[in-house]
Parts: sequence; C-alpha cells; structure tokens
Amino acid sequence: MSKTAPAGADPAPVLALKGVSKSFGSVRALRDISLELRAGESHALAGENGAGKSTLIKTLAGVHRPEAGTVLLDGEPAVFHGPADARDAGIAVIYQEPTLFADLSIAENIFMGRQPRRTLGRIDHAAVHAATGALMERLGVDLDPGRTARGLSIADQQIVEIAKALSFDARVLIMDEPTAALTGSETARLFSVVETLRTEGAAVLFISHRLGEIFDLCRHVTTLRDGQLVASEPLEGLTEDELVRRMVGRDLGELYPKQEARPGGTALTVRRLTREGVFRDVSFDVREGEIVALAGLVGAGRSEVAQAVFGVDRADAGEVRVNGQALRAGSPTAAMRAGLALVPEDRRQLGLVMDASIERNIGLTGLRQLRTRGLVRRAGERARASDWALRLSLKYGRLSDPVGFLSGGNQQKVVLAKWLATEPSVLIVDEPTRGIDVGTKAEVHRLLSSLAADGLAVLMISSDLPEVLGMADRVLVMHEGRLVAEIPRAQADEESVMAAATGRAGSRGEAA
Amino acid sequence: MTTAPPTPAPAREETRHGPGRIGRFLRWDAAVGALLVAAFLTGTGTTEGFSDTANLSAALNDTAEVALLALPMTLLVVAGQVDLSVASMLGLSSALAGSLWDAGWSFELIVPLCLVVGLLGGLLNGWLVTRVGLPSLAVTIGTLTLYRGLASVVLGNKAVADFPETYAQWAGNSETVPGTFVPYPIALFCVLAVVAAVVLHSTGFGRALFAVGAQEDAAWFAGIRVKRIKLILFAVSGFMASFAGIVYTLRYGSARADNGLGLELTVVAAVLLGGVDFDGGKGTLGGAVAGVLLIGVLNNLLTLNDISHEIQVIVTGVLLIVSVLTPRVIAVLTARRQRQPAAP
Amino acid sequence: MSATLRAPEPADTSQPSPAGAKGGSLAEKVLRLREFSIGAALVLLILATWLVNPSFLDDQGIKDLLLNASILVLLATGQSVVVLTRNIDLSVGSVVGLTAFACGSFVSGTDHSAVTVLLLGIALGTVCGLVSGALVSFGRVPALVVTLGMLYVIQGLDHAWAHGEQINAANVPDAVLTLGSGSVLGIPYLPILSAVVLAATAYFLRAYGSGRELYAIGSNPEAARLAGIPIRRRVLTAYAFSGAVAGLAGALWLARFGTVVADAANGWELTVVSAVVVGGIAITGGVGTVWGAALGALLLTTIGSALVVLKVSSFWEQAITGALLLAAISTDRVVRGRTTRALRKRSRQ
Repeated sequence: MSKTAPAGADPAPVLALKGVSKSFGSVRALRDISLELRAGESHALAGENGAGKSTLIKTLAGVHRPEAGTVLLDGEPAVFHGPADARDAGIAVIYQEPTLFADLSIAENIFMGRQPRRTLGRIDHAAVHAATGALMERLGVDLDPGRTARGLSIADQQIVEIAKALSFDARVLIMDEPTAALTGSETARLFSVVETLRTEGAAVLFISHRLGEIFDLCRHVTTLRDGQLVASEPLEGLTEDELVRRMVGRDLGELYPKQEARPGGTALTVRRLTREGVFRDVSFDVREGEIVALAGLVGAGRSEVAQAVFGVDRADAGEVRVNGQALRAGSPTAAMRAGLALVPEDRRQLGLVMDASIERNIGLTGLRQLRTRGLVRRAGERARASDWALRLSLKYGRLSDPVGFLSGGNQQKVVLAKWLATEPSVLIVDEPTRGIDVGTKAEVHRLLSSLAADGLAVLMISSDLPEVLGMADRVLVMHEGRLVAEIPRAQADEESVMAAATGRAGSRGEAA
Repeated sequence: MTTAPPTPAPAREETRHGPGRIGRFLRWDAAVGALLVAAFLTGTGTTEGFSDTANLSAALNDTAEVALLALPMTLLVVAGQVDLSVASMLGLSSALAGSLWDAGWSFELIVPLCLVVGLLGGLLNGWLVTRVGLPSLAVTIGTLTLYRGLASVVLGNKAVADFPETYAQWAGNSETVPGTFVPYPIALFCVLAVVAAVVLHSTGFGRALFAVGAQEDAAWFAGIRVKRIKLILFAVSGFMASFAGIVYTLRYGSARADNGLGLELTVVAAVLLGGVDFDGGKGTLGGAVAGVLLIGVLNNLLTLNDISHEIQVIVTGVLLIVSVLTPRVIAVLTARRQRQPAAP
Repeated sequence: MSATLRAPEPADTSQPSPAGAKGGSLAEKVLRLREFSIGAALVLLILATWLVNPSFLDDQGIKDLLLNASILVLLATGQSVVVLTRNIDLSVGSVVGLTAFACGSFVSGTDHSAVTVLLLGIALGTVCGLVSGALVSFGRVPALVVTLGMLYVIQGLDHAWAHGEQINAANVPDAVLTLGSGSVLGIPYLPILSAVVLAATAYFLRAYGSGRELYAIGSNPEAARLAGIPIRRRVLTAYAFSGAVAGLAGALWLARFGTVVADAANGWELTVVSAVVVGGIAITGGVGTVWGAALGALLLTTIGSALVVLKVSSFWEQAITGALLLAAISTDRVVRGRTTRALRKRSRQ
C-alpha cells in the first residue's frame, strides 16, 4: 500500500484487508472485503449473525487463509501461516468463546507458547507468575495466577483473554463480542482498559451486538451483510437506525409478524424448578396459543431452565407438568411423549447430527411412529422429511445430503422440522434465529406466530431484544438464576426488560 | 422476502465438510467387499486346494470367534464405543467351562452359567461407562486385565480337555450343515449377522446407534436413551464373548485361561478394516463382515502358500493402517484439487 | 435494536465462580491427592508385605523390586508423554520386542560396548515412534487404530526376523550383560537409568515451553491451535520420544535377561497404559505427571512381587491390576464430579 492511501490526517493502517474472499465448500463466507485498522483508532465491525464477521476475524488472526485478496501489515502484504504468525505480528484476538486450557493455571494460559525464559531455555515460572500478577493488578481484578482455569466464570475467562492480549503489548486488539457476558461494571472496566491501550497507540477492532457500545467506543464502522461489504464509514453523524438498516438490509417493520394471541388452557406448568447453583425456584405457566419469551443476560440460567424442563438436564427439585401430566425428571423421552419439544440453542452440537442426512435428522425424533413390525419404513422416513421440507420451504439438494451441507438458516429449519414433526403441544425454542440470515429469520418468526395462532404453546428464549418485544405475548425475565419479572406485552419495552435482566427491577410483576 | 439471499455459513462449517464428503468419492465397505472377491478369485486361480470345500470349511471355521465377536463390536464402534475386554471374557468363559467340567458339572449346566457370567461382565462394562461416566477405552482396558486375571484365578495354568464329543463335533469343522461346506458355528454366525444387519440398518435402535456415535449430545437432545443403548450393547458384547469362549473351547477341545489372548485386537482390526469409523457414526455391518472374511481368506491363502504366520500379522497391520489412512488421504487430495481453481 | 443480550456459552469450563475464588486450588489438591494416594498405597503394600515376610525388604528383595520395575517405569514415562497429548501408543510392547531382538542379533558373538547397544536401541525405537507419530499427526488418523496397526507390523517383522530363533545370553558380550546385572553403590544400573530418564522427562515437562504445550494440546486442542502451538510437530515428537524410550527399554531388556525370544514384552502395551492411568494421567489428556505414572508402574510391579512373597497365587496378579485400574479411574471421575458440583454451588450462594 503506497502513500496514496486514504486522504486526511489519518495515520497509515497498521493492519488491512484488501479484496479478501473466503469460501467454505460451496458457501462464500467473505466476498471481496476490504478493511483498514489504524493505530490509535477503535473500529467497529457490524453485521447480523452469519454476516461473516467471525470469518473475517479468523482471517486477520491467521486461522483462515484468504483464497483471494491480501492481508496488509504496515502496508506490506503479509501471509500468516497460522495463529502464531499473527500473534508474533502483534495481533491479539479475543474470541466470542474463550479459548482457555481448563487444566492449566491462569498464568500458564496467558503465557502459553511464549513464556519468559531463563538459562538453557527453561521457563521462568517465577517471572510468569509475577507478570500475571502485574497484569491482574493493571486490570484491577483479584484472580490468583496459580489457580486452574477450570471453573472460572465467563467474565473471568474473558479477563484472562484480555490479560493475554495485554501481556504481549498487542498493536492490534480484536474483540469478538467481549461484553456479552459482562455486567455493567465489568464492561466499564474493560472499556477503560481498551481506551488506555488505544491511546497508547493500539488499533482496536470491536464487535458487539450492543449498538450503544459501538457508538460509545468507536470512531469508524464497517458493516457486513451476507459476506459482503455494505459500508465503511465514520460513526459520526450516523444514527442507530441507519446502522441497523445497513446490517439488516431492510426496514425493521417487516420483521415480527405477530398475530393476536387468544390464549387457551395451560399447556406447560413449571413449579419451583431448582438446579443447585444454576437456577432456583423457577415457576411459570405457558398457555395454548401463547408465545412466552424468557429473557435475561447470558448466564442468567435461561437455557438451563429449558433443558431441565425438557429433561436433558436433571433438576434437583421442582415439578414440570405438560397438559396436567407430571413429567419424570431427567427423561427427554418422557418429555417428548408428553408433547414437549426443545429446539436447542447450539444446533451444530445439540440440534442436529451434522454428518447425518436431512431425512435421518428429521426422522430421528419419530423412530417410534415410523416403525412397522419393528423396522423403520424408509418410505415413511422420506415422506416425513419431504413433507416438512415443503412446509418450511427448505432449500436443499437431496434429502440424503448431510445437513452439514446446508446453510445456517436451512439447518435451523431442519431442527424445527424434526421437532414439529412430533406434533408437540408445547414448543421450547432457544435462540431460534441465532446465526441465520434475515430472510429465514422472518420465516421463522412467521412460522412461530402461525403455530401459536393454531394453539401451540411456545416458550421462546432469546437474547435479541427486538425479537423478544416483537414476538412475545408475555416476557419472563431471569436474573442470576431466578425469575425476577413477568411483563405483559403491553408494558414490555427495552427499558423494563433490561432493568429486570440486570437486576435493577423490583419484584415480580412490576416492570420498572 | 421470497428471494432470501444465500447464507454464508459460520466458520466452523469448514471442518464439517471434510468427513462428510468422503462418502461421495469412495465407499470403503464396497471396496473391501471387492477386495474380498478379488482375493477369493486370485486364490482359486493360483493356489491349489484353496477352493476345496474342506479347506473352505476349515478357513471359515478358523474365523468363527473373530466373526462372532465382530458383530457386537461393529454396533459398539458405530455407537462410538469400543470393547477391548471381549477376548478376556472369551478366556474367562473358557476357563470357567474347563474348571466346572473338571469338577464334574454337566455341560448343559455349564453353558448357561458361562453365558450369564458373560452377560454380567458386559453389564459391568456398561455400568462403568454409563453410570460412572468413564470412557469405554479406559474401562475395557481395565476389564481386559480383570477378566483375563479372573480366568487365571479360575483355572490357573491348567488345560482341561475331553469335552463331550457331540458338542465338540458341532463346533469343529468336521461336521457341516448338511449339503453345504458351512460349519455350524459359521452357519450360526450367518444367521446372527443377518439379525445384526437388520438391527443396525433397519430399526430405530440402529438409527439411534448412528446418531449416538456421530453426536452423542444431539442424540440425547432428540430423546434417544443414550445410556440404555450403550448398556445393552455392552451386555450383548459380553454375552457374545462368553459364547465365543465356549465355541473356542469346543473347537480346540481345550479350555485354558489364555485362550484367545490378544484376539480383541484382531476383532477391532477386522471391524475397522471393514470401513467402520473408529470415531463412531459411520459404517455398515456388511463392511465389517467383509473385513472379517478378508482377513480370514488372506490368512488362509498365505498359509496354503507356506507364507509364515508372521507375514500374515504384518499384512493385517498394514491393511488396518491403510484402511484408516486411505479415506483421509483421498479427502485431503480432493480438497486440494477443489482449492486449485480458486487460486489466482 | 439498540441492545441485545446474547453472548457465548463457555466451552467446557462452564462452572461459574466468582472472581478470585480459590476454587481452582481445590481441583489441584485433588490431583496432588492422587499422587499422594498412589504413593501411600505403595508404602502400605510394601510395609504390609514386609511385616509378613521381612525378606521382602532385604538387599536382594529391594534390588529385585527395582529391577523388575525399571523397564515398566521407563515405558510408562514414554507413554505418559503421548497420553498427555490426548493420544495413545499401543505399539510400545512390540517395539521393546523388536529392539531387544535386533540389539541381540547385532551384538551376538561380538564385543560391542553397552553404549553402542543402547544407542542402537534408541535409534531403532525412534524410527518406529516417528512412523506412528507421522501417521497420527500428519495422517490425522485415530491414534488407537494406527498404533494398533503398528503393533501388528512391528510384531510381525520381529517374528519374521527371529523365525523361532532366540538370542542366547552366552553370545551376548559381557559388557552388555553387566549393564543388566551390575550396580553402583549397591543400586543396579537399570533403575538408575530409568530414574534419570524419568527425572529428565519430568523436568522437561515442567520447565520447557514445548513440555507445557503438550499439556495444552491435550487439555484443549482447539485452543492450542489458536494459540499457535505447532500441534503436529509436538505430537510427532511425543511419539518419537515414546518410541525412543521403548527402544531403550528393549536394549535394557537384552542386557537384563540376555536370552531374548521374539515375543519379549508381548502384550505389555496394555500394562503400560494401565500404569499410566493408575498413576493419574487422564486418558483424555492434559492432566497428570510422569511422577504419578512412574508410581503407578511401581505399584503394579510391587503388587506382582508382593503376591509372590505373600504366597498368594500369582494368578491373582492380573485380576488385581485390572480391579485397581478400574478403581483408580472411577474414583477420579467421582471426585472430579463432586468437586465441580461443589464449585458450582459455592458460586451462586
């Protein structure tokens, strides 16, 4: 990159992408992306789930190598053969999911691969320990450098990751949603550390779903949609609505086609459900024809409640009833037979068998129904799959293709098909639109809405506030393992839900 | 909204594509079947006496125990588990039969007792895996040692012979199913193989096995009773191992504590050679059977051609490595070829 | 859309605990406890046997005990390094057999020195280890399967070579046999060698970056990749080391027994794995120390010797080993489950 690069007083970019493309199989994750990170500047990367942000980050981190285009380091083309190359170039990445070694100590986690050495190349354990202590002090946290990483909370794990970045004076700090699991004060502390690094001359790339944070922290924003660059512009003068429109590609009004609910009898009853150390005394009802949202911060125990209700986790105490019939604890099979269905959050690990075909996945919940004299009817299995593929307008090549070949949105449709085919009376969906494209997202919303209109009871866990507010008839809010608020649709807004989720709300029933 | 844009997949997609694709380029179990046929034809053409019915009977019967043990092992490996204790259970069953026979028990009482012991041994494996939550590899290395040790305790280093003639004949290859050259143990194996194939490929239980092996958590979230399935598999495996112990004892006419020593590795080798993926979730019963027979035919051919047992062992080892390595090599080559046109 | 609440779930470290909680040290205590408890069991066993039969701990008794244990300790040290990376090497028994026989043929009727034999054994073992390691790390095939295949191939080669012959002690040079029977200050050479290898390995694993990286790979392979650890090279090295140690053990086998048949150390691979696991190295990698593995090997050997002294039928040895292995891994599992639950409860109350 020559001196003809950007006009103005901007310093030359420390790290840049130029015309980068990357595909996985037939899926093009990044198409012709360019991006410039400058010293002393915070840059935001915006885009919906699945827009290609993670792939972009992994390209910068040396995990992926681009098929086309170049990575420029200080204006010179650079090829990273692996994450070590990127790290040696001063690039620190804090991933969405902390990548710690659970069996090793915090100090070892921070200095793995580049421990200070003594004579003969031996690790200077004392120096490692001391340096870690100093880092913790700089971050203002009280973590024992010698304890193992196993058992650390997500926030603490995030702290360790940041300490790792600090430890080698990163010139480029890339953060993929670092604040998602943090409380307000933890976030503030993180931001002050990042600000310090930035003023000391580090380039920062920041991803967050909290648009407010983007506006607070960053000067420049690059927006991706479906793997393509939509815009790269200063944040100054941009409104949140404009940014959202760039991310989504249309006005929000088209989403959330919620139909009026006419709730019937109680379908799901949960009473004083408790799992020691995870959640406690959770009680609620879901009626037929109603969509109830379960909101709260990550780690509040929402998914855990859903999994205990469905029986994949065993509750320590409490009762679950489906249509009046009490469920045996710890048995998903019993829950299924009673008419319960759970679409889990992590569809790759929990929702689908990725290597198995579409028809096998959809058939997996119906092995009893598909049986004649003990044998599975293949024709029946295929009919079930093609029937549901049609109803959910699934896009696929052949039903015998592995689901791993499908896009995220279509995979989610397969999970929904797999469970709707069991004809449940209560459907629990955990983050139903996470990581899927906007078009499919709207389809899923329409589907949930019409299912509810047909009398299905829906319990929806979502961290996407607009989704919660747009879809739910009632909003239940969890905070630190307890149900702290129940807010009817009319009173539910961002303020009230966030207040309850962060523990600022009063008691149950009264929205702050 | 009818024209939803194509969705970019998140990065983790990458690793998912590799294994899924292999199946499109190569069906390993079919290749092993073809190799079996080729070996058979080559043998018939080049080796005198190979296609004699007497030789075929003997060759088949020599694989009887491995074949019987391979059936439950296939199901276990498909479900992502492994049972290394089978040969020790075979030895325990043989030792128990020998010691009880020596003590004057009737053979009709000994057999069911041995089978019950096998079932209990299998249940112990299953209990440790499902209730205590240990990896099957570690558990069955432990019970491998334990059961072989118990066999020594039961029989010491004695050898017991003189089992009832009628049963011994039934297990040997001197008597065959009337009108064929198939010895009785192999005839039984054929029936059981068909049963196992139907269970694996056409029942809900079989479908569940594949799901458990491919992604255990996803199977559990789909309402499949993962633990019960594993427990059943280990129980069947133990049961079959004790049965194979009786066949072995009768076939060689000798009960010893070290009967079938090391056979577990041959069984695993045969199953993997047949294209069953050691990581679980993939494989066919036909492939496993072809793997067993291929090892049997090759060993017989090598023996007939006066090639030493040692070379047979090497051939088995090489086949085993090749059978797991080839699919990965093909996958890497395919990926590389696909990447080429994209490069500038 | 000004606020969303989504965030990652933790990987396998999902037990929340407040910042600064000293919970981790609890888990560490459990690990320490393991080496301690194996050591205590060993001491108890030795004491009990000695009380019944004092000759168990006379000069000759101790010497026998050390000699018997030294080869297993060596092999357990090599195996530990592989198991720490979440792999396994089943070929070690056959490597011992092959190198013992190869070294035997090489020195038979010659007057080669002990050092030459050791170097030959190590070189041959390293080659075997490199082949296994290359297949596992670059071929990306399951370690159990590959090393099982290698077990067959090496065993077959060994047998084909030996062809029923055996190495006779009479033909082995005295210099080599002295290595097996001689001693310095009353301590035989063999256990000294084993102890040196063990201590060096333990020090390497603790004090060197590449040693720590082996733990990192076993603990979380994906994180290891992101941390830029050269996983393939490390795994290859681990196998080469395990092979080299097995080769050394083969040469020592020759020195100790003089007479070597082709199936020397046949079936030892599972005993070695048992020793390692009993000694507290998790079969899923990332946890444990070679000291523990060595204690495990010592315990298994001592049980065998103690049974003889206690006049218990030696037929019980294997059964006891198996039961011990099962007890060890079950206890680990149960204790770890309790610890995790305790951490979880403490964090929310």
